[in-house]
Formats: sequence, structure tokens, C-alpha cells
Amino acid sequence: MSYLPQILFVLCLSIAGFFIYKRVNFIRKAILLGKKKSVNDRKSERLRHMLLLAFGQKKMFDKPLVGVMHFIIYAGFLIINIEVLEIVLDGITGAHRLFAPYLGEAYSWLINLFELFAVGVIVTCVIFLIRRNVLKLPRFWSAEMKKWPRLDANLILIFEITLMWFFLSMNAADSILQSRGVEHYVQVGSFWFSQWLQPLFANMQTSSLVFYERFAWWFHILGILGFAIYITYSKHLHIALAFPNTYFASLEPKGKIPNMDEVTKEVKIALGLAQADDSPAPERFGAKDVTDLNWIQLMNAFSCTECGRCTANCPANITGKKLSPRKIMMDTRDRAEEFVRQLEQGKAIEEIKSEKSLYGDYITKEEIMACTTCNACVEACPVSINPLSIILDIRRYVAMEAGDTPNEWNVVFNNLETSMSPWKFPPTDRFNWVELVNKD
Amino acid sequence: MSEPIKVPTLAELQAQGESPEIVFWVGCAGSFDERYKKVTATLCKILHKVGIKFAVLGTEENCTGDPARRAGNEFLFQMQAISNIETLNMYGVKKIVTACPHCFNTLKNEYPDLGGNYEVIHHTQLLQELIDSGKLRIKEGGPFKGKRLTYHDSCYLGRANDVYEAPRQVIESLDADLVEMKRSRRFGLCCGAGGAQMFKEPEEGKKDINIERIEEALETQPEAVVANCPFCLVMLTDGVKNKEKEDSIKVYDLAELVWMSQE
Ligand code: SF4
Ligand code: SF4
Repeated sequence: MSYLPQILFVLCLSIAGFFIYKRVNFIRKAILLGKKKSVNDRKSERLRHMLLLAFGQKKMFDKPLVGVMHFIIYAGFLIINIEVLEIVLDGITGAHRLFAPYLGEAYSWLINLFELFAVGVIVTCVIFLIRRNVLKLPRFWSAEMKKWPRLDANLILIFEITLMWFFLSMNAADSILQSRGVEHYVQVGSFWFSQWLQPLFANMQTSSLVFYERFAWWFHILGILGFAIYITYSKHLHIALAFPNTYFASLEPKGKIPNMDEVTKEVKIALGLAQADDSPAPERFGAKDVTDLNWIQLMNAFSCTECGRCTANCPANITGKKLSPRKIMMDTRDRAEEFVRQLEQGKAIEEIKSEKSLYGDYITKEEIMACTTCNACVEACPVSINPLSIILDIRRYVAMEAGDTPNEWNVVFNNLETSMSPWKFPPTDRFNWVELVNKD
Repeated sequence: MSEPIKVPTLAELQAQGESPEIVFWVGCAGSFDERYKKVTATLCKILHKVGIKFAVLGTEENCTGDPARRAGNEFLFQMQAISNIETLNMYGVKKIVTACPHCFNTLKNEYPDLGGNYEVIHHTQLLQELIDSGKLRIKEGGPFKGKRLTYHDSCYLGRANDVYEAPRQVIESLDADLVEMKRSRRFGLCCGAGGAQMFKEPEEGKKDINIERIEEALETQPEAVVANCPFCLVMLTDGVKNKEKEDSIKVYDLAELVWMSQE
């Protein structure tokens, strides 16, 4: 027997592995552009949060029907991976249905189950395609959903349908070959769903059937390898990053804005509550570019599924303002990728930073200023992304470094400084309300 | 008329060698906004009625710093926060109630990092406790019995701190007919004032946020809209005026409903 197919297979596997490794490394670098932040606390709570949100997809069930459909695709994906393991081992060893002899009866059941999921995946993907392209759900068509993000979403659905089709038709051809007693095709019988496809192949000659079966097999496995590479370039990275992303998400009440300890020090000195020391002042207050954000915020950006639930719930966006929390995440990711590409071209960090920045070139002041800090985006996100934390860090840059806050806010700042209230009332009038207590 | 209500300040109590059960944090809107000053007074009446020994800071209170922090001015926020904490700690304050969800959030969640650790509750939580424990009794067949009321979740009580049920239970205890808006609880829509938006014109868009929200409230055909936040109260009231409905639909703070319904 010729070893050529096996050699070819291992070669394909290695090439795919190489590309995935390179790309993963790239994304790692992009995330590590962010500032360090250690998260070691509340481990069991984090684990629980991750299990519920990433594994159990709890928030997807905010819309139960979509939740179920998404779950089918996800479960199908997980379960079919077991089948991929067999395919890979078959490919390497040159065997066919390697697991069949060991599993006996159970093997058919297993394949039947895979087929059930394959059919489920096809049906849901078709519904999702219709929802996106025919029903045109607004959140899939808003401003930031330009060509690539829209194409990305559709491609993956078509891709999954094709993969599942080849899986099912491969089984159908296989069953016929078994019934004809062709050598190499292990007797495992026909399967629940693919048996209905058999009439399509029944009149084909054995040699063409073998050809089709092999073709489907190769297409299926190469497709999956291609898919694995593809997702690292796509919003579908969330199938992996949803896990760390939910694990590292903040467990604090959503209203709490993290304290800037570097500011506390200076304020305490100013109020005479602490002594000045000579530790260096921070490089920058707030965030102008991706390097001013922390790595969790950048991981957030790579985990974004571009689903737009955040934007669909954003009061600013709903009322026609430019702000879209999804765009904030997409911009952050795009800028981080650009940053690493330029680093790889040998540019110095300072040079990259001086040419462009996240705030200014990607995200505008108009967007940042429209946020009401209402947390609707944070609440809506199925994978615990926090667009608001990036918005707030940029606001800090605008206020404390650029000194570019809207005039009305400067007035508020002034009043706070002189009258300890956002309005210009004399502080001595603060208790005047008491006159109303005994007035009916 | 019964004896006038005395609202003591912490300074006065300390001078008498006493300390209050709870400090009422009034907030800037509660101190200066004409409409919310009435809510402040109402809450004092309720506290007095149930015999809770409370005190206020009076002129010693400063803005919590919430708008400064959310507008990005961390220095100014911490200036306000640290001097407030100095005052509160000097009086040995343990428990605080406030009628402003922004103050509530800042005092409860943000002051601990700067050395201010207090038990902080929002007035809607206190009202629920008082009604549940029977300390505050609601009249049978009060003015809101059977009335259609819709409740607006403020972002800083709701999503920011996950308090959704206490205010609803209070409304139910008034025998009112609580009708929910399409977007409520976790998905409640902001009134448009948070994040220091209260103090500036909105960015360009199709509509103001409070109009979007009031339209949704009007869909429930309410007899009154209930809020729990001074800024929501302003925004919603403006929305109702914009729709020229101010004669038929009132916007109340929850404390006002309770005061009108108590025995
Ligand atoms: S927090 Fe800001 S960005 Fe997020 S939904 Fe609210 S207004 Fe929109
Ligand atoms: S941030 Fe979350 S909710 Fe928004 S598009 Fe990304 S995944 Fe969806």
C-alpha cells in the first residue's frame, strides 16, 4: 500500500499547525501590549462565572430561541471534534474508522449522534444566514459592520454548512461501499441521517464512489484545518477566548470604577495627608493608545464576537449618537493588530505611537463623550466584555492629559473645586432644604 | 400640628455626646435641586415618623465626586472623596442611607479603596425594610391602590448594583398595579443623565435619550412614573413635559409615594 496519502496528510497537519502557532503568537503579542494587571483573587467564583457564561452560555439564553440555536452549533462543534480525532488518527495511520472495532455497537450510536448534530448545525446555520441577510436584524447592519465583519459572519456559516454536508455525504458513500463489500470499508452499517442521502450515490460506480468518499474525507479534514486557521483571523476567536475572558472579568459591582492609586498618592500629598516621596510619576494618566490599556481590556477586544448586543442596548446608540460599544472593541482590536504588525516590521514603539493612536485615529471624542456609563453594554455582553472600561480610560486621558473636556464639564469641574457641588451654589446654602421639612 | 421635626447635624449630635443610628447622605441634587429638595424633606419625615435616630452632615457634606470621576477627572474625584472620608471617619460614621443612586454607588463601592468603609443603603432599600418589618404601615386603600404605575430602573441602582426587587416590592405593597416597560430590570434603558451627561448637552443624534425612555413609559399607559434617582426624576419629568402630558402623568420618587400612602 502506498504511504503517499499518509505523508500528504501529516504534511497538511504540520502546515496548519505552523500557521496556527504563528497567528496565536501574534495575538499573544497584541494582548501583551497592554499593561500588566494581576488577577489572583476569588478563584472559585471566577471558575463558576466561566463555567456559567462560557461553557453554559448563560447570557445567550437572554433570548431563549437564539440561545438554543447557538447552543446547537456550539455543542455540534464540540462533539464533532471527537470525530475529528478519529479522522486525524485515520489520516496518520492510514486506517479507516479506527475506533469502530474497539467500540462495537456503540460506534454506530456515536456516529448517529454526530450526524444528528451535523443536521442540527446545518438547520441552525441556514436560519442564522436568513436572520442576517434576509431579515436583516439591525444590529448586524449598523455602521461598523462594514464589508469584512459582515462577510466574516456569513463565511463561517456557509463554511459550517459545507463541512457538515461533506461529513454526511461521506458517510452515505461509505455505507454504500460497505454494502458492496469493498475492501478497506469497515462494516459499521448505515447511519440515521446519511442513509437518506444514499439514493444520490446509489447509481455511481464503485470507483467513483471511492473517489467521492475520499474527496469528502479530504475536504472535511482540510476544511477543519482551514477553519482552525481562519478563526484566528476572525470574530470566531471567541470560541477559545470566551473562556479566559469570562474568567478574568471583573467580579466587582458594575458601578465601581477602579481607583487610580497613582492619583491617590498625589492627592494625599496635596491635602497634606502624606509626605512626598521620589517615586516616579506615571507616564500617562488614562489611555490614548492600546499600550495604555491593560491586557485584560485587550483580550476583551480579541474575544468580541461582534454580535452587537452591547450596541443594541446602548442608549446613546439607540438614539442615533455615533457611540457604539461594539465599535470601541473592534477599533481596539484593529489598532492592537496594526501595532504588532508595525513592531514586526521593525518599527520602534515610540515611532508607532507618534504616527497614530487609538484615541483620535480610531475612536473620536464625539463617541467617547456620548457615553452615559449606564453599563447596558457590559450587562448585555455574552462573553463578559467591558467596553465601558475602555471608554472611561480614554475619558481620563481627555480630562487629565489632553485637557480637552467639553466646556460645560469644565464649568462643573470649577464648581466642584470652589463650591464642592457641580452647580454654582454657595456651600453655605447646602442645608437650606431643611426649611421644607416642616412645610406642608 | 404636631411638634416640628428637628433634623440634627452630626456636629450637633457630637456636641451633645450622641451619635445617630444612621446618617442621611443628602447629595448635591437633594440639597440644591428644587424638585429633589422635596424628596429630601419627605425622607426626613419618614425617618422621623418611624423614630429612627438620624443625622445629616449639613454644610459639611461635599459632592461625592461621582460626576468628576465619570467625566475622567480622577484628581477632582479623589479630592472630594478623600475630604468626605476624612469628615465621615472623624464622626465615626458606620451606616449611611442616601436617596441618590450615584452617591449610593460611590460611597458603597468606591470609597473603600480610599479608606472609607461604611454600610451604605439606598432609600428604596430602607423603605422596603421599614414596610416589611411593619415599622412603617401602609393604609388600606391608599391613594395608589389599583393605579397603573410604571417603574424606571436607574442605572446606578439597577445594573450598577443589582438592586431591582426592593423598590418593586415597595410599589406592590401600595396595592398599586405595577406595569413594566419593555426594557426593564437588567435591560432597563438609561434616562440619559448618567456619566456626567446631566451637565452637558448630548452629542448629535436622532433623539434625546429621555424622550426615547418616556415614549416607552407612555406605552404602558401609566398614571404615574416612579423613579429612585434625582437625575432620572428631572429627565423623566422633562420627557413628560415634552410630550405635553404633565397634567395627566406625574413623575414621583418612590419615597413620595410611600409618604402619601402611609397610615
Ligand atoms: S455604558 Fe456607555 S457605551 Fe455602554 S451602553 Fe451605556 S452609554 Fe452605551
Ligand atoms: S462586546 Fe460583547 S456584546 Fe458587544 S459585540 Fe462584542 S461580544 Fe457582542
